[in-house]
Amino acid sequence: MAKILAVDDSASMRSMVAFTLRGAGHDVEEADNGQAALDSAAVHKFDLILADVNMPVMDGITMVREIRTRADYRGIPILMLTTESNPEKKMEGKAAGATGWLVKPFDPDQLLATVNRVLG
Amino acid sequence: MSKVDLAQFHKAFYEESLDGLDAMEQALLALDEGAEDPELINVVFRAAHSIKGGAATFGFTDVAAFTHVAENLMDEVRSGRRPMEKAVVELLLRSGDTVRDMLSLSMTGQPAATAESQALLAELSAMVSGVAVAPVAAAKAAAPAEAIEGWDIAFRPFDYLLKSGNDPARMFRELEALGPLAVTCDASKLPALADMDAESSYLGWTLSLDAGAKRAAVEGVFDWVDGDCDLTVTPRIAAPAPVAAAVAAAPVAAAAPRTVRDPAANSESSSVRVGIEKIDTLINLVGELVITQSMLSQFNDGVDASQLEMLRHGLAQLGRHTRELQESVMSIRMLPISTVFNRFPRLVRDLAQKLDKKVVLDMRGETTELDKTVLEKIGDPLVHLVRNAIDHGLEMPDKRLAAGKGDTGTLRLEAFHRGGSIVVEVADNGAGLNREAIVAKAIQRGIIATGEGMSDEAVSDLIFEAGFSTAAATTDLSGRGVGMDVVRRNVMDLGGTVAIRSVQGSGTTFTITLPLTLAIIDGLTAAVGEEIYIVPLVSIIESVQVKPDTVRSVAGGGELFRFRDNWMPIVRLFDVFGCAGQRRAVDEGIVIVVEGEGTRIGLFVDELIGQQQAVVKSLEANYRRVTGISGATILADGSVALIADVTGLVRMQARRKAA
Repeated sequence: MAKILAVDDSASMRSMVAFTLRGAGHDVEEADNGQAALDSAAVHKFDLILADVNMPVMDGITMVREIRTRADYRGIPILMLTTESNPEKKMEGKAAGATGWLVKPFDPDQLLATVNRVLG
Repeated sequence: MSKVDLAQFHKAFYEESLDGLDAMEQALLALDEGAEDPELINVVFRAAHSIKGGAATFGFTDVAAFTHVAENLMDEVRSGRRPMEKAVVELLLRSGDTVRDMLSLSMTGQPAATAESQALLAELSAMVSGVAVAPVAAAKAAAPAEAIEGWDIAFRPFDYLLKSGNDPARMFRELEALGPLAVTCDASKLPALADMDAESSYLGWTLSLDAGAKRAAVEGVFDWVDGDCDLTVTPRIAAPAPVAAAVAAAPVAAAAPRTVRDPAANSESSSVRVGIEKIDTLINLVGELVITQSMLSQFNDGVDASQLEMLRHGLAQLGRHTRELQESVMSIRMLPISTVFNRFPRLVRDLAQKLDKKVVLDMRGETTELDKTVLEKIGDPLVHLVRNAIDHGLEMPDKRLAAGKGDTGTLRLEAFHRGGSIVVEVADNGAGLNREAIVAKAIQRGIIATGEGMSDEAVSDLIFEAGFSTAAATTDLSGRGVGMDVVRRNVMDLGGTVAIRSVQGSGTTFTITLPLTLAIIDGLTAAVGEEIYIVPLVSIIESVQVKPDTVRSVAGGGELFRFRDNWMPIVRLFDVFGCAGQRRAVDEGIVIVVEGEGTRIGLFVDELIGQQQAVVKSLEANYRRVTGISGATILADGSVALIADVTGLVRMQARRKAA
């Protein structure tokens, strides 16, 4: 069981991710934008962060860049959940410090497979 | 097959998409008016983007395909490749409407793509440079099968790889899942311990995978570290063998039967989104209530004199908490009127464009909260008033200039609290009502015989009569067979009133007064014989003791009494409801002066008991509709009291007068 933070401004996507991961026995917290994610990460100690890219208040890429400056999150896997299949966005995410990505649309099985890949 | 049923997220997706579309529309309207905030463009982009992502995830492919193209268009704007021109705004506004329709079709299990949506999609695609109408990824032709025995991989991460959260050991385990793996580590670049940075990567590996896995599977393990490492992946090819060129047909997925969901389950069961702080307040209050209850329960076995003070204190506390709990529960049903106002910027823009008029919409008090039921029903009357104001109220620019006004008319929509009511005003600075035209029309329609001696107020009120319309030519905007009488009736059904104030040449103001909630009313309790009636406080002007010498009998058995220089009918409640009143002479009882539909009458009752809040129970749901009664409530002693429907009583009186 891992402690996972799901970050997405879309409540339906967030609940889908959280529901699926909880079903697999993980402990999931939710945040609806990058700033809320940073706040949550300051309180909890996550093993994995799943973050959407396009969000109001603070986007996912800025959030990754910020969180990588914190000593306890330097090596924690962070996956970007994104519909942007174009390479620039992936590269931008990687440059900010993301571990990998999961391209939307994904189904619960794909989500679990990818999560297991990084938690493996 | 996934164990997770995605249908459980559909409703949340639908609701957030509608919110997104609303935000998109508002941003587009602001952009249309020349706002240059880049965040507005982001809002529009994000809405299209989120809906596309969600639609694709939850299986609404038609919606996803449509929003994909809209998103591409917005991406061009966002990245500065395309200016935000009027044509783009126009197309995106229509796209928002279409997506809204497509979503509601999807939610009822119907196919979302319609001829209309396809036509608009084609228009969008034509605008977006180089995007095919159907963004269907062509299935890649299957590469001829190679007889691969295994893979040789050379992998040397750059020193920063670990900082991205990627871990070579994890990747090797992934490779191992494909087949037997041999790993050789190259530690030649490892520095002396003193120079070593624990977070840097110094090692390189050569790996040998003994399995004929697909190249995509092997390279897929490294896709996240592409560019962060030196990587070569070389297949070990077996001696060529004759390969049958048979290409297996892709398995065709059986068409799943489309389940048509019960539309009512989706649209009728409405929900309210409640802020977490409101819930917290509720929980706190319930906690307080429990404490008070346990404090009071110690008096179960009786109270002695020394405990009286404590009992009194407990009861006072109970009263306070009950009141707070009530307010708190009611506030859950309250929503800001902006949820209704939000549709007007678009409506006003479209109408003004269609009529070639110039209109500025001035909205105020959008945060004013109203009961959800009231909100849902006030939308249509407001739309009607706004349409009327633009269609009939505001003049064409040249006419305005000729009248010495600016060419742009102002339409003000304002909501505010007044006493225990909410007031919504729709005001225009147009021509005002034309008294002569109204009188002429009313005479033609047989509503009145002559306009002579009528006050301006009374003339204005004529437009609320059934079958009244002053538009010389019925336009397709306001002439929809629905008159102002319907507006008035809708507002009255909500327990509200509509008043009109017009000044010729400078504009018309409609004032709608609504109760805060339909569930609880403030009322005056009055006794009529053995019965108790509740008269809603909002309708009461005042209560007076009438002297017999101010009462006149009129032909037909009615009575009038003089109240502030006006004569008004006395309605004896015991007569109307057929119960035995104890007091018959006017000076024995009391007259409550009430107003409904702009008409005042005096309700004669035995005596006033007091003022109280009444939780309204529907009479229709439990018995049947009764004229003159709007509902019932339970009194403190457990008996039932009926709530007087002032509007109904006024109408009854009018009919009686006419008879």
